[in-house]
Amino acid sequence: MAAKVKTAFLLAGGCAGCEMSVVDLSEVLVDVLESIEIVFWAPTVADVKYCDLEEMEDNSIDVAFVDGMIRNTENEHTVKVLRAKSKVLVAFGACATLGGIGALGDLHTKEELFKQAYQDSFSTDNPDGVMPSPEYLLDGKYELTIPALLDNCATVDQIVDVEYYVGGCPPHPKFVGQILTSLLAGELPPPGSWITSGKAVCDSCSRNPVRNGQERLPVGEIKRTIDGTPDPDTCLLQQGYMCFGPVTQGDCEGSCLNVNMPCRGCGGPLPGIKDFGARCVSTIASSMADDAAVDQFIDKYNDMAKMFYRYAHTAGSLNRKVAALKDK
Amino acid sequence: MSFCPNIVGFACQWCTYAGADLAGNLRAKYPPSIKLIKVPCSGRVEPEHVLEAFAQGADGVLVGGCHFGDCHYKTGNHKTSQRMKIFAKLLADSGFDPRRFRLEWISGAEGYRFAEVVEEFTKELQELGPNPIKEGV
Repeated sequence: MAAKVKTAFLLAGGCAGCEMSVVDLSEVLVDVLESIEIVFWAPTVADVKYCDLEEMEDNSIDVAFVDGMIRNTENEHTVKVLRAKSKVLVAFGACATLGGIGALGDLHTKEELFKQAYQDSFSTDNPDGVMPSPEYLLDGKYELTIPALLDNCATVDQIVDVEYYVGGCPPHPKFVGQILTSLLAGELPPPGSWITSGKAVCDSCSRNPVRNGQERLPVGEIKRTIDGTPDPDTCLLQQGYMCFGPVTQGDCEGSCLNVNMPCRGCGGPLPGIKDFGARCVSTIASSMADDAAVDQFIDKYNDMAKMFYRYAHTAGSLNRKVAALKDK
Repeated sequence: MSFCPNIVGFACQWCTYAGADLAGNLRAKYPPSIKLIKVPCSGRVEPEHVLEAFAQGADGVLVGGCHFGDCHYKTGNHKTSQRMKIFAKLLADSGFDPRRFRLEWISGAEGYRFAEVVEEFTKELQELGPNPIKEGV
């Protein structure tokens, strides 16, 4: 039998949901574990430390997965170390590839973020107004440090080279299984590609009007998800619920649609799309009947940046550059 | 010397591009700030093209199409209107000045109008200054 594939997982600025998705493979993971050796999985699963990773030889890891965006100095450091140690690096999930939900913080100043997190949020009890500081001198002699928040969010490929991209928040466990299987069989696309079926969410959605022999009609009345209960068999976009299915990779098999929720694009852009938010605007706007519907939409969904760049803010053409200017 | 902005103009071949042509024939004067790209229809212009122009350092982007009712493809300009309205809001909400982006309906008979729009837009951009995300500024 060939040597086991040395595999690493690193959680950067994410929520570990993508790692839950790997664990959710359950029996498949048990089978896969016969062919792979997990040499590093921190800080969540395995009992290895960052210093163990630093001591490994360069290029000694066959494939490394990073989930989460680069949000603080710790993420930045560990991902650079992991890159040096790995032959193949996979940006795993929406945060690592596109920025994810956390990247929407780039639409606010650091001050606003800290105030919200350490003062204003309703579960916070902070009467002295203590704010975290990267360095602290305890008892006048112990220098304590914590990682510092970077000025802006970054995707993994904005910091180091990335071989493959996997979308999803998190990637669907079934799809993760397919990825691991094709990885072990050596059937991967050329480096720099997304690992995806390349099909849209609509392609796998049972509500797709084309599938049901219906005509797609312009949308006149715009609804938010809180407006009534959508009909479970009709296309959400047709019912006026704004859905990003047409431009999103459908490796999730339309799981949100199956539970009556419109797609928000976590699967990542379909091949050929350079800026997810802008293409989404194009698709959504052209599905509307007239300018009156557009006005209604803008009125109901007020913040367009958080709507269209829900998962793809940092990867947007201008966003990172604009975000770099905000504190100045 | 005062700052001369770089404007990327996407012009529909049936109306705005013909209008720009007419502006030349009429010897209408307008600043040398605009670089026109001929497109089959203003509906061909993806918001992504506009973002790309800004990302590459354009100070302003103008999309020119036919007046409503004049579209060679019947509804192309209506689609443009719907898209660009949302797109302008997306720019604003993303923290990028939407005044750098303009959508104008200029017909093939409106040569002077074309010159007027370019002059007006150039002046506005001069007041706004260079694109803040342009590299090397």
